[in-house]
Amino acid sequence: MMNVLRDIGRGRGIGIGRNGREIGRGIARGIASCSSSSSSPSLLSSLSPSPPGPPPPINENENENQGGDVKSMNLFSAINQALHIALDSDPRAYVFGEDVSFGGVFRCTIGLTQRFGRNRVFNTPLCEQGIVGFGIGLAAMGNRAIAEIQFADYIYPAFDQIVNEAAKFRYRSGNQFNCGGLTIRAPYGAVGHGGHYHSQSPEAFFCHVPGIKVVVPRSPQQAKGLLLSSVRDPNPVVFFEPKSLYRVAVEKVPASDYMLPLSRAEVMREGSDITLVGWGAQLSVMEEACIEAEKDGISCELIDLRTLIPWDKDTVEASVRKTGRLLISHEAPVTGGFGAEIAASVVERCFLRLEAPIARICGFDTPFPLVFEPFYLPTKNKILDAIKSTVNY
Amino acid sequence: MALLHRVNRAKSLSSLLRPLTTAHNHLHRPFSTDSSKTLTIETSIPYKSHIIEPPSRSVETTPAELMDYFRTMALMRRMEIASDSLYKAKLIRGFCHLYDGQEAVAVGMEAAITKKDNIITAYRDHCIYLARGGSLVSAFAELMGRRDGCSKGKGGSMHFYKKDSGFFGGHGIVGAQVPLGVGLAFAQKYKKEDTVSFALYGDGAANQGQLFEALNMAALWDLPAILVCENNHYGMGTAEWRAAKSPAYYKRGDYVPGLKVDGMDVLAVKQACQFAKEYVLKNGPIILEMDTYRYHGHSMSDPGSTYRTRDEISGIRQERDPIERVRKLILAHDIAVEKDLKDIEKEVRKEVDEAIAKAKESPMPENSDLFTNIYVKGYGAESFGADRKVLRTALP
Repeated sequence: MMNVLRDIGRGRGIGIGRNGREIGRGIARGIASCSSSSSSPSLLSSLSPSPPGPPPPINENENENQGGDVKSMNLFSAINQALHIALDSDPRAYVFGEDVSFGGVFRCTIGLTQRFGRNRVFNTPLCEQGIVGFGIGLAAMGNRAIAEIQFADYIYPAFDQIVNEAAKFRYRSGNQFNCGGLTIRAPYGAVGHGGHYHSQSPEAFFCHVPGIKVVVPRSPQQAKGLLLSSVRDPNPVVFFEPKSLYRVAVEKVPASDYMLPLSRAEVMREGSDITLVGWGAQLSVMEEACIEAEKDGISCELIDLRTLIPWDKDTVEASVRKTGRLLISHEAPVTGGFGAEIAASVVERCFLRLEAPIARICGFDTPFPLVFEPFYLPTKNKILDAIKSTVNY
Repeated sequence: MALLHRVNRAKSLSSLLRPLTTAHNHLHRPFSTDSSKTLTIETSIPYKSHIIEPPSRSVETTPAELMDYFRTMALMRRMEIASDSLYKAKLIRGFCHLYDGQEAVAVGMEAAITKKDNIITAYRDHCIYLARGGSLVSAFAELMGRRDGCSKGKGGSMHFYKKDSGFFGGHGIVGAQVPLGVGLAFAQKYKKEDTVSFALYGDGAANQGQLFEALNMAALWDLPAILVCENNHYGMGTAEWRAAKSPAYYKRGDYVPGLKVDGMDVLAVKQACQFAKEYVLKNGPIILEMDTYRYHGHSMSDPGSTYRTRDEISGIRQERDPIERVRKLILAHDIAVEKDLKDIEKEVRKEVDEAIAKAKESPMPENSDLFTNIYVKGYGAESFGADRKVLRTALP
């Protein structure tokens, strides 16, 4: 149960950037141009302990050169850095969950206990419902409660607390109370051999719950900015981290405290023939399909939704108006997945502009399998086939 | 309580004559001692109890039974060591949790009950499956995701099942199997078959809320449920005292009685399980805390040495190992000589190697098996995938 990525990372080198395969070079758009700091101090010492104060404004124009120190790092290090900054910049921030004070099974919380002490970073027993309920109470007292659920697959015991307690707290108390300081982090998605209980993508369940936000980053640079935004957002956020990318995805990440806007999609790649929408780890698969399609003369526009609810309909709509075609891809089963919501909304808004049925390239409607994982996943070739059939419809 | 004791004693006597069933054929050589002679052996330490009079420390056994325990536990140990190597060779994928060190719990429990009694456990399930009569080949085939596995290769390490001998399996979420065990017990009580359900969980799971929900229901309706806390002292990487205000798990049922058992002593486990079965059939649930130890880490990705010392592990191996304990008993009672036991260990090793070779011959499941066993056959449900328009299939 504990730690799939330690298996996966084994043999690939665990050092930051060392042997790490650079996933989706285009993903690093806007940040790759930043000058890399030549001296590379250790991860922890590179963090400037800024005094507590108002957090920096959300970086509205993220393609703008951020300046300052940038460093190549993988996803778990970027998350770790964001947590260091979150705790450092707000004395009311807490991190807790199963095994987090040892660094967590994915090493995301490493060094936090040593730096901020056991009163702010602590292990909980194995009790997900209790963890989230506790976090709601902590947040209701005006704190930033950053809870970790060890795997997204284990979030279901906490589902009641998230849906019935966290999401409706503000509404049902007429705005007297809220748990806006609550952020629930959970690693999600396929890892190659995770099996039934370490691979699921449960995001769609939470997208059916008004009152919470659902955020999924695709890369280290995105993860840091989106996590800091999530922690500081005045609403409870469920933050799903693509665990297959923890060690594998390496990108230039600014050392500074920066935030990326929630509920704003990003056009990662511009194109004119078809719009592709996805989030998290699936984007690197989709990007490969875009590159392949380009060889056949098909120009794909790729959009990272980043926040699933409330989502950025305008960006998607504008893109579909331009291309006339839409493909959505996620690992979760196709039926009732969040792709269905996107498809329905786009049909409402762009019905007369659509030139082909909307394609959804997703997981099959089966439990997440063990031995059948390669067959189950929405792979590059499946996406490529759908791109072609949609464009040639 | 005294009555209970006598009943228990009488029952244990009769059950001693019952041959233990395990998956493999036993090649018992004739030993010098009469193998059906009754021996009385004291448990390693006294039971501790919560609102109940504990069973006697004197356990009756026979030379044949001790030899069988030795062989079965050695087989389990060997299977887990072999699984470790297969995992490292990437022949076993997914998550894999090994049971070595805890063998006495599986074997002692099985010795006290019949295949009509139910067992349900979490994901550390290989050896329970073996104890329930599962074969080595189907265990290894399942571990390697082959078609001849006990769950047709679809479950993997965490999901072993054996319906014909009441093994309700291998569940993935910490603590989630315990309420299921209580449901099993209700069905048994309803059928008036005088059978019981053992719901196993770890010390980590003991802090899950649903455990207490399950316990309350079981006590409210006097169900024949035995909640077995396999306390190996670490919930993943967290020592019990870091996660539990009261690590006396046998006392945590409050209104439900409990026993603390040396889970490294197969005879103590057997005695406790016989006692518990007798008790729950008359009175409703009980908690058995098995004080045990896992030599491996929590799962294959946990080296198991970051949160505990190597000295601690080797100390347990020297002082409390369940197999060594039985070995000493066999030698002390002149049931067999050291060489006989070494031969058994060699046989067991060979048996495991042969099972692995056979399991490797089993083919991987067909891709189409991804779509089976989701709903009842012919239910008419469809699965959509990749492209919802083109790729669709009626679920078989």
